[in-house]
Amino acid sequence: MSAMPGVVAVNTFREAVRDRVLYNLVFFALMMIGAAILVGQISIGIDRLVIVNLGLSAISAFGLVMAIFIGVGLIYKEMEKRTLYSLLSKPIRRWQFIVGKYAGLLLTLFVNTCLMTIGVAIALLYVSRSFERSDVYILVAVYFILLKLAIVTALALFFSCFSTPMLSTLFTIGIYLAGMFSTDFLNIGMVTQNPAVKAITRILYYVLPNFHNFDVIGQASHGFAIPLQLIAQNTLYALLYSAILLVGAAAVFSGRNLK
Amino acid sequence: MSERHRNPLAWVSAIIVPVLLVCVVAVQRGIDSQRNILEKQSDELLIQSGPLLKRLSLGYDALLGDIYWTRAVQYYGAKLPTSDRDFHLLAPLLDVATTLDPNLIPAYHFGAFFLSEKQGGAGRPDLAVDLVKKGIAANPNNTQISADLGFLYYMRLKDYEKAAAAYLETSKIPGASQLFKVLAARIASKGGALDISRMIWSEVYETTRDEQVKKRALEALKGLKAQSDEMQLDQLADDYHARFGRYPQSTRELVDAAMIKGIPLDPDGFPYVFGADGKSQLDPKSTVTIDPGAPAPK
Amino acid sequence: MTSAAIEIDGLTKDYALGFWRKRMRRSLDNLSLRVEDGEIFGFLGPNGAGKTTTLKLLMGLIFPTAGTARIRDKSIDDVNMHREIGFLPEQPYFYDYLTARELLDYYARFFGFASADRRERVARFLERVGLTAAADVQLRKFSKGMLQRAGIAQAILHDPKVVFLDEPMSGLDPIGRREVRDIILDLKNQGRTVFFSTHILSDAEMLCDRVAVLVDGKLQGVGAPGEIVSMDVVTMEILFELKEGCLLPQDLALATKKTGAHYRAEVPEAQLYATLEKLRGCDARILSVQPVRPSLEEYFLRMVNREKAASHAVEVLAR
Repeated sequence: MSAMPGVVAVNTFREAVRDRVLYNLVFFALMMIGAAILVGQISIGIDRLVIVNLGLSAISAFGLVMAIFIGVGLIYKEMEKRTLYSLLSKPIRRWQFIVGKYAGLLLTLFVNTCLMTIGVAIALLYVSRSFERSDVYILVAVYFILLKLAIVTALALFFSCFSTPMLSTLFTIGIYLAGMFSTDFLNIGMVTQNPAVKAITRILYYVLPNFHNFDVIGQASHGFAIPLQLIAQNTLYALLYSAILLVGAAAVFSGRNLK
Repeated sequence: MSERHRNPLAWVSAIIVPVLLVCVVAVQRGIDSQRNILEKQSDELLIQSGPLLKRLSLGYDALLGDIYWTRAVQYYGAKLPTSDRDFHLLAPLLDVATTLDPNLIPAYHFGAFFLSEKQGGAGRPDLAVDLVKKGIAANPNNTQISADLGFLYYMRLKDYEKAAAAYLETSKIPGASQLFKVLAARIASKGGALDISRMIWSEVYETTRDEQVKKRALEALKGLKAQSDEMQLDQLADDYHARFGRYPQSTRELVDAAMIKGIPLDPDGFPYVFGADGKSQLDPKSTVTIDPGAPAPK
Repeated sequence: MTSAAIEIDGLTKDYALGFWRKRMRRSLDNLSLRVEDGEIFGFLGPNGAGKTTTLKLLMGLIFPTAGTARIRDKSIDDVNMHREIGFLPEQPYFYDYLTARELLDYYARFFGFASADRRERVARFLERVGLTAAADVQLRKFSKGMLQRAGIAQAILHDPKVVFLDEPMSGLDPIGRREVRDIILDLKNQGRTVFFSTHILSDAEMLCDRVAVLVDGKLQGVGAPGEIVSMDVVTMEILFELKEGCLLPQDLALATKKTGAHYRAEVPEAQLYATLEKLRGCDARILSVQPVRPSLEEYFLRMVNREKAASHAVEVLAR
């Protein structure tokens, strides 16, 4: 039944909420309030810029931390605590469980991000008294952050299927950093003469998830337009890459003997 | 062992995942071209403040410096073959890289040549001088960048007084070649001259480790050779005119008049030709270029 | 051929041990078993015998090295098989941030009940296991016994045809155990099959229609609790009195115990008459002769020891 992942997803969301994960919003709100007030005092013509840059960077950072730290335990915890014993005796397929956990964490991140975006909007309103048409690109930037989080969550979940939370965290953070600098890998390949290095860096560039694709914070804070085509492409990219990771995770988990 | 066959998902994923990866590659290419367009209009958004970036880099400044240096080279290399010769980001990129890592000698050296050059560079010798001076301040015992300052004053700014002073400073560095003393003296007395230019470019050609700079030095040396050849040919053409009342049409005529032994070829192997005004020129097919801004012999 | 609730055929599980995963440990060796519809079936064995391994294999938590199993004529690979079964794991762990009601509601959702039906079921089974008072308390505050009850509730709330219980009595006080026994009997009365593993033999003797004994991964015997003990060698007990001055033959003396004026000898059935002859030769007065009915416990211990001796012998041979 296609409802199975949904059941697991709702429960995963409920767990996050009860784990007081959403309390990070309090800290975020305090930070945005502080920034808005501070910037209001200084007023050197960059107040909007600072609010948007700070807000978007914080949304991205908080989201990443949450995606990684909850993600690496998603499957591991259930295997360790043996809550899976009773769960898997129900008529649910193992891949449905994976999809459900993923959707649940993504839902948590989505809710968290939405609330934070509202916070940024309020702060922006406070410093500049009105919205501008170009502010819609801030929403695009937030959407891109969500796409990025979708991939990072899938990455953490994948590792969670077979490795301890500490190692999974290291792997995920490592791949995230590599993905942020993957364009530079390509540069090294272009600058070198060695054909082997050229080939390897090219392969690495395409195989590693390219997180730089989603970085439009600069554009958004300056109010530059973000083309529709890029939005479509990034959506497709996130979908495809997450699918790869989820299929991998489901395959690994389906073959696993539980302790 | 036989357990694996119970996991049909393993087979499914073995097929699906490569297919998805191929799609990913395709989409990534699309994104790259989109972002190139995007980033063209937002080139300005690179963090251009070195000190700010240093603080943001949380202690990994040297690594970040390397990355910016690579980006600078890639930026230059990407723009060079295109008709867009606007290298306005080169100076900020190099500045950031060297602020993050003040000992990044290759960056100063590269900047000395390609920030100052008009044809294949940013055309800003003033920025190049600023960069090199920064490099000397941070690396006082490095002969290469010290000599690069002399190069800039002599070759690009034609400020012979400052050039001589710079080469003198270079000669004081322990282990520096005697050549720099000689250069300082000659520039001080003669100013700009073909033989001095040749000495300077030869020194660069021999000591540089940067492929681009080496290429540039070779081109310059070829240009200098051609320049000197042309000077000689012009002199011969004048002699011919004095003898025969007209300027020669080709170098063959000079050979027939027993004024030279063989057809002279330029460093690329093309024979020199004569223009309508009787001045010798390079064959239009030749890839040798004479730097119009180079000091001409007095 | 009547339908079997559970059919296990040659089920085997090896674990690779050691860093290089070279050594194999066989935790279940070629188990073949048949449990009929409507039976209460006991799965006995000491700790580490492979009982939990068997259950994990049946539930699809681990995968067999060899062999197959079918439950209600569906392969254990078939996810739909899980609609008809319920499982209580040993020392159950649940999501401790949920309340009992929420937990049951969560699990119930996997079976597609309409929401009104689901709510009613949850309430009914909370009542059945005596957790109505604690229904809205978070599971992290539950005692072991309460968790056990919650576990039973989640195993049966979808009215499964076959119920698997791993050590259902563990952690319960005598009242709790009585209640669980009642639930098990109740399930049988509803026509369901109950398969439970335990090491408490008195429970097995009381409840089970049939039992199987597993030691070191190998099935030792299957049958009704009464039968199984008599499959073993029957021993005869002879009570007698001796005249003064009479000495017993050496071998007989070893098998004899003295209490007061009485002597009690235990000999295998085959040697009964020969022994009686010897006693007559001693002019003993026979008081009674009867077969010894070993308890399940003694049978059990004997099986364990026999298996230990056998594997020890194998080790010795291997050296």
